Amino acid sequence: MDQKIRVLIAKPGLDGHDRGAKIVARALRDAGMEVVYTGLHQTAEMIVETAIQEDVNVIGLSLLSGAHMTLFKDVTKLLNAKGLNDVLIIGGGIIPEEDVSKLKKAGVSGVFGPGTHCEDIVRFIRKNVKK
Amino acid sequence: MNDIAAKVLEGDQRSIARLITLAENGSPLAASGMKKIHPYTGNAYVIGITGVMGSGKSTLIYELTKEYRRKGLKVGIIAIDPTSPFSGGALLGDRIRMMDLATDDGVFIRSMGTRGMLGGLTSAVYDVVEILDASGKDLVLVETVGVGQAEVDVIKIADTTLVVLVPGLGDSIQTIKAGIMEIADIYIVNKADRFGVEQAVAELESLIDIACTGKDRKTPVLTTVAKENKGIVELINEIENHKKHLKKTKMFDAKRRKRYEAELVEIIRKRLMNFIFDESTFKGKVESLIDQISKKEVDPYTAAEEILGKILK
Ligand SMILES: Nc1nc2c(ncn2[C@@H]2O[C@H](COP(=O)(O)OP(=O)(O)OP(=O)(O)O)[C@@H](O)[C@H]2O)c(=O)[nH]1
Ligand SMILES: [Mg+2]
Repeated sequence: MDQKIRVLIAKPGLDGHDRGAKIVARALRDAGMEVVYTGLHQTAEMIVETAIQEDVNVIGLSLLSGAHMTLFKDVTKLLNAKGLNDVLIIGGGIIPEEDVSKLKKAGVSGVFGPGTHCEDIVRFIRKNVKK
Repeated sequence: MNDIAAKVLEGDQRSIARLITLAENGSPLAASGMKKIHPYTGNAYVIGITGVMGSGKSTLIYELTKEYRRKGLKVGIIAIDPTSPFSGGALLGDRIRMMDLATDDGVFIRSMGTRGMLGGLTSAVYDVVEILDASGKDLVLVETVGVGQAEVDVIKIADTTLVVLVPGLGDSIQTIKAGIMEIADIYIVNKADRFGVEQAVAELESLIDIACTGKDRKTPVLTTVAKENKGIVELINEIENHKKHLKKTKMFDAKRRKRYEAELVEIIRKRLMNFIFDESTFKGKVESLIDQISKKEVDPYTAAEEILGKILK
């Protein structure tokens, strides 16, 4: 058996920066994970369909704009509707403190702000991956 | 587990995805699913897309898929990227060029790492072709890793092999000389919006003239601008022509037979290696033999014979 942690890194929303997402994607690859990178401007539907087809263990959503609450929630809602409850969801970006707990309630297990070390994300994934 | 095969046959996306994962991980659970679906395979036409890095393979696959979907055909896509030999991880980025196919339920895309296989494919690719085929896809498009020179395994799996080149790249033609020449059923000079197309086509044609003497089919050279959807309909016609040629000359069955041969060999190889290197069988023995070889107490051939002797007894 040669099991590998598969991660989808997606960048929902309309803002055009994916530097952070790419850095995280590379760090996860270097930690031995298979990282599906999908690029900018992903809708919640695209993210969820991609997660299904790629059978990922983890979805990492990267976001800079203020619209994170709705987008993150759209993704978690759709995942629940499709019955994908064994996927770990993490988020990164500039997210105000008061939103972090709301996101966690909505099903985003880990929220990583600016200045997070990539090793912390790797460790978090290894510890919390569900299947 | 029993119904995962049944659900794959119904085209259920999650079951397709899950069976692929099991096959890719070499799980014993995969075998029973694979056994059940095999009778329902053989309908999908397999197109291999290979070529130098960044030549536009993914973009071409996207445009081809759009066109096939317009014809009402269902498409499976396998996009292979290299696994890092150091970390074992992989960055699978081909979906970036295929974004809006994600929500089309007549399309299934799977990104895969090579996981240690050389040759441009990945060990489980034969399984994945069978799974997508059984799930009702009319076409399966396989994108290999960006090739250097020896990654020619794609012919073991494809009915039609497309080799993608770009203008203005001296090495691009070099690549062909180094072995890709033999595997192309159709050449594509993509990025034909760039300078140097005529020259690239001319160089290719002259190489083909040399190589094709005695063959009953001249390898066609097409130009495309994948990014602008130019040349795609012509490409599809040419693929269709090649398919007709294969059927007419009985080469189609021969190609399929080659694929099954490669698949069988791969399954045996994988199982044998797993058996030898498993903790419960010979792993300890293998390790101690390696130590003995290091100390010059035994030579590698004698060590190999000792292991094989235990299996073949
Ligand atoms: N100018 C021009 N650029 C193109 C064309 N087709 C694709 N590209 C661009 O070439 C770049 C690479 O395209 P991909 O489709 O990712 O190429 P690839 O061969 O799949 O790349 P790898 O999988 O990394 O080997 C992208 O920026 C495309 O937009 C074309 O016809 N003309
Ligand atoms: Mg590509």
